Amino acid sequence: MSSMATRERILGALRAAAPAAAPDSRELEARINQHHAHGALRAASQKQRADVMERVMTSVRTEVIRSDSASWPALLAVKLGQAGVQRLLLDPATAEGAALAAALPVGMQTLSFSQPLEAWKDSLFSAVDAGFTVARSGIAATGTLVLAPDAGTPRTVSLVPPLHVALVYASTLHADLHAAMHSEGWSTGMPTNLVLVSGPSKTSDIQQTLAYGAHGPAVLWVVIVDDGMEAQA
Amino acid sequence: MNARPMHFVSPADFRERVSGALQDQALRTSMRGAMEFLQTKRSTQFPDADELEQLRDLGEAIRQHALANLPDLLVQFESSLQALGVQVHWASNADEANAIIHEIAQRRGARSIVKGKSMASEEVELNHYMSERGIDCVESDMGEYIVQLAEEKPSHIVMPALHKTRAEIGALFERHLPGTPYTEDVDALILAGRRSLRQKFADADIGLSGVNFAAADTGTLWLVENEGNGRLSTTVPDVHIALMGVEKVVAKLEHIVPLASLLTRSATGQAITTYFNLITGPRRTGELDGPREMHVVLLDNGRTQAYADQQLRATLQCIRCGACMNHCPVYERVGGHTYGTTYPGPIGKIISPHLLGLEETADLVTASSLCGACAEVCPVRIPIPSLLVRLRTEANRDPAQQVDQPLRGQGASFSRGERLVWRFWSGAFARPSVYRWFRWLATRLRAFAPSSQLGWTRHRTPLVPARRSLSDLLRERGQAE
Repeated sequence: MSSMATRERILGALRAAAPAAAPDSRELEARINQHHAHGALRAASQKQRADVMERVMTSVRTEVIRSDSASWPALLAVKLGQAGVQRLLLDPATAEGAALAAALPVGMQTLSFSQPLEAWKDSLFSAVDAGFTVARSGIAATGTLVLAPDAGTPRTVSLVPPLHVALVYASTLHADLHAAMHSEGWSTGMPTNLVLVSGPSKTSDIQQTLAYGAHGPAVLWVVIVDDGMEAQA
Repeated sequence: MNARPMHFVSPADFRERVSGALQDQALRTSMRGAMEFLQTKRSTQFPDADELEQLRDLGEAIRQHALANLPDLLVQFESSLQALGVQVHWASNADEANAIIHEIAQRRGARSIVKGKSMASEEVELNHYMSERGIDCVESDMGEYIVQLAEEKPSHIVMPALHKTRAEIGALFERHLPGTPYTEDVDALILAGRRSLRQKFADADIGLSGVNFAAADTGTLWLVENEGNGRLSTTVPDVHIALMGVEKVVAKLEHIVPLASLLTRSATGQAITTYFNLITGPRRTGELDGPREMHVVLLDNGRTQAYADQQLRATLQCIRCGACMNHCPVYERVGGHTYGTTYPGPIGKIISPHLLGLEETADLVTASSLCGACAEVCPVRIPIPSLLVRLRTEANRDPAQQVDQPLRGQGASFSRGERLVWRFWSGAFARPSVYRWFRWLATRLRAFAPSSQLGWTRHRTPLVPARRSLSDLLRERGQAE
């Protein structure tokens, strides 16, 4: 049976049995909004959200660094040096990428994602120690980074290198996932890939024993930059 | 790993496997530990009973809204995907799904497929189909990888290698992964698994994944995982194929928020998993990674049968969290493999009859005390016990009886003798004179009660009617009928 005929058969079978369609979902959305309206962090200050973000992320073995706009590059550069990072993947076209690159110790090499993945897949997999990304925002309640990869910082930067370093501004922290989706208008502008990251890669597939570093980055550092601006939503 | 033989057992042999499983002390111990662990993890995620009940109501309402509008939502989902450049395929059954995926692989000249976790691909036995045609499918979820190396099937839908001890996995890795010495250290084992799979992601021609939720409005696939293998499978290879049941689609992206929370909290007791991977189409112009070609295969495989019946449609509300199996006293005692179906436990008992027919699965629907623990924890309130009773009814219905939407395998457990007994019984109960006569006869002829009474006397003393009936005794006391 061709896929087209199969399509008609499946849709026909469903239509024959479906109740009268009731596509209006406004009541449902009102209930969803109502359920989240009183979330624990909805009324929290930026500092409170950042504190919760730090606590939740730390509880799943993420290393959180609190800093401010002026001092984070130097702080992070020292840490990267101490960790023995030699090749760091970042986007020098962003202000943050440029600031970090300028602060790095002599001898640490920066790489930028300047060609398609297939052109340098093997070296990305074997020769990059860390990837640096700037999160679009964060979600305090679950300790989550919202990453929207783009041409400068593609998807694999936060995925393939064993160490992922992410920077998130405290002013972008949302109370919860519902708030993030609504205030950023996800439904009207989804990028190819939106990734929510809540800790380093892990698994409990062997006798329910938690182990970190399954397939994604085994180590996650998050720099929360206190930028002193209250979030808009 | 070509043409590897796999162990296929039939759900029809369920009864035979049960006693073996019950006597397997190692399995009993490890299942008990695992179930306790998962139950505790879940309950700590729901400290507020009111919030939980409210969220379950919401989850049920969202899934029911999606099912009520399913045909329209599928059409909308399809056009959202096509607008993004995704190729959409429809498959009636396992063979069609496998053929579609094989055709894509052939056209691309693919030799290897790396797989993120996908129960739908287990359902269609994709690995087996592909290996017979010279295409290597590698499971990359750690649990799936372990059961693939062991030439087994998953015993749990969320924790595929739940039944395996670390010692067994240590021995398995030592045998199959070059340069891996035996160890029971879990960190070392996971590292060995990571190393051996790393190159597979880079080399694979195609990445295949399942889908946890799909949004009709944006065409987004929402994938939930902890390991990162799902992200790698859907990002690194040049082609991504997502295989999903037709019931997975919901109307709007925002409807997924409560469902995702219910899923992770119910399944593994996590407020959120490490990764929520939201995929909206293939690589766009200017982007430097991600698949350039993307396919979504929409699978029926018996789901339209469940959909056709208003009561059984609730089966399709399932979000595959596995909480029902984690709380099932039967699943805990016999383990996942005993069922012989892709989906074991309570959800397996109510979905498998539609996938495989009642001929194969009639015994499964009886393997429940109807204790109701599954329905109590189900995040989308599927009334599993009443669906089991309904499926038992259909399995015992006269195969010749004409009904509106007959289930595949209707009457698989039907027996004329049993029907005769029930007919007599209901007839006698409806006519007091017949009942009185039967009562008189039974109490007088009690000496003739057979000493062997089919299955009953295998473990119990025979049933013998009492000397006097209850109403006789009451009449003597002056408390007459």
